[in-house]
Amino acid sequence: MDLNLTEEQDLIIGMVRRFVREEILPLEMYLDPDADELPETERLRLIEKTKAMGLYGLDIPPEYGGPDIDLVTRTLLAVEMSQHRAGLYAPCYGTFGGAGLAQLFEATDAQKEKYLYPTLRGEKRGFFGLSEPSGGSDPARAIQTKAVQDGDDWVINGGKLWISSADKADFGLVFARTDADKGRNGVTCFIVDTDAPGFHVRRIVHTLRSAHYATELQFEDLRVPKENILGGLNKGFAIANDRLTRQRIPYAAGCIGVAIKAQEMALEYVPQRETFGAPLSTRQSIQWMLVDNDMDIKQSLWITLEAAHKAQQGEEFRKEAAMAKLAATEAGGRVVDRCMQMYGGLGVAKDLPFERWFREMRIRRIGEGPSEVQRHVIARELLGSSLR
Amino acid sequence: MAVRFDKPWIAIADGLSQLRGQMGVFQLAGEAQQVIFVGYAGGLSLHGLKGEVNQAIKDYSHAKFLRYEITTSYLSRYKEILMVHKADFGELPEHSPEVKLGRLSPAGSPAS
Ligand SMILES: Cc1cc2nc3c(=O)[nH]c(=O)nc-3n(C[C@H](O)[C@H](O)[C@H](O)COP(=O)(O)OP(=O)(O)OC[C@H]3O[C@@H](n4cnc5c(N)ncnc54)[C@H](O)[C@@H]3O)c2cc1C
Repeated sequence: MDLNLTEEQDLIIGMVRRFVREEILPLEMYLDPDADELPETERLRLIEKTKAMGLYGLDIPPEYGGPDIDLVTRTLLAVEMSQHRAGLYAPCYGTFGGAGLAQLFEATDAQKEKYLYPTLRGEKRGFFGLSEPSGGSDPARAIQTKAVQDGDDWVINGGKLWISSADKADFGLVFARTDADKGRNGVTCFIVDTDAPGFHVRRIVHTLRSAHYATELQFEDLRVPKENILGGLNKGFAIANDRLTRQRIPYAAGCIGVAIKAQEMALEYVPQRETFGAPLSTRQSIQWMLVDNDMDIKQSLWITLEAAHKAQQGEEFRKEAAMAKLAATEAGGRVVDRCMQMYGGLGVAKDLPFERWFREMRIRRIGEGPSEVQRHVIARELLGSSLR
Repeated sequence: MAVRFDKPWIAIADGLSQLRGQMGVFQLAGEAQQVIFVGYAGGLSLHGLKGEVNQAIKDYSHAKFLRYEITTSYLSRYKEILMVHKADFGELPEHSPEVKLGRLSPAGSPAS
């Protein structure tokens, strides 16, 4: 793996960095500190800009009209895009577009027409419905939502918990048990329409993250045509696993971007702020915090880029993706925490972004598989898959 | 936390004396205790709930009752209350501005 940036990477990264600094950061001065949306006129204006930059729909494969940018470069761009207050869960407020649910690229032609293409055009939104009240770490065992065949339809009953943005979605991927005796080989992924009778978003689940919130779903005799099975009967777990593994790389990149921005702010602040007659930057305890931050950032960045590089080469990358998620979410939390400490009272005030990053970064150690589960995945790769 | 705002209404004058500078959400109601406005006090609000409610009752002088919740999840709770209102009554409260909302179908029926 070559650690030097190519000229092209350098150029694109510079463009995105300027975009964040010149377009996003000034807008955030006027937005609520917890906001995850831009005013519509600003959103549309910035989308035009990202399109003009040739970077709209970054994650969309080129054969579907996306800009042909490799995964390592996209990872570096994800690091840049998150370097602002809302950057963890709303990088650049969605103005770079996105591919939505990656599994839909494996869908049937009819499914692509109905769900994938409208998503790529920005006309439809989807949610990912895996976790349930019975547990999200080990969905293969925990899923209790059931689907039973009835003629040409499947009838789903049960519920999901923690599902992000399902209230705003037009459709979602819902994982349900279709064979009670087969464990992980008895789970199927259904594409469900959110306006179908029997689909309910019961409530918002309020967490540390006030914007981009999670919801609780209930399915009451929700009928889904058999054409809406994604990836085959009882093949749902492979789809879930694939999605979770791939998602760990951009998830890690977002944490690294926020850590970089927090460290940059600390480096600006400590030479100026004086206590006991000397700048904070002259104190060894402060210097060590900055050093530890720098090491946390570099280590998690290299691990994440290695995962992206392996995925890009078509090599097995499950272990590296788990390591990236684990390293970056934990390092990001430590870096933001240290920066808050260096800023004193201002560090915890809503005037600055640290308090939001602190809250949202805490979720990152749980969402998309908690740290312990990542360690479990890594241990399984080290010790062999017989480990439960 | 109940999905619906389940606190009793209080007369505006009594409510104002209780309010402090915290973040949170609130509803204003008219004479018949029908909700006319939903608001929130967030990170940019001067004097928190106290400031936001004071401004809202200046804007909607026919408001007679108030109820509020102190919460740091003011944005998600604000949207939830509006979505629940829309699910229960088919429209947003009289003076609520247009907000990009999702769709909720909360269990149970609206409280009075
Ligand atoms: C804000 C938010 C948004 C979310 N969005 C979505 C979404 O859109 N779609 C979706 O499907 N899910 C979503 N989730 C769910 C998330 O993926 C789960 O919360 C997560 O997988 C953990 O599941 P759980 O909460 O049920 O905890 P549990 O599975 O009950 O685990 C509890 C704790 O046990 C520990 N643990 C678990 N396994 C092990 C082990 N093997 N060894 C040691 N310790 C262990 C971990 O510390 C874990 O945190 C979201 C969660 C949050 C908080």
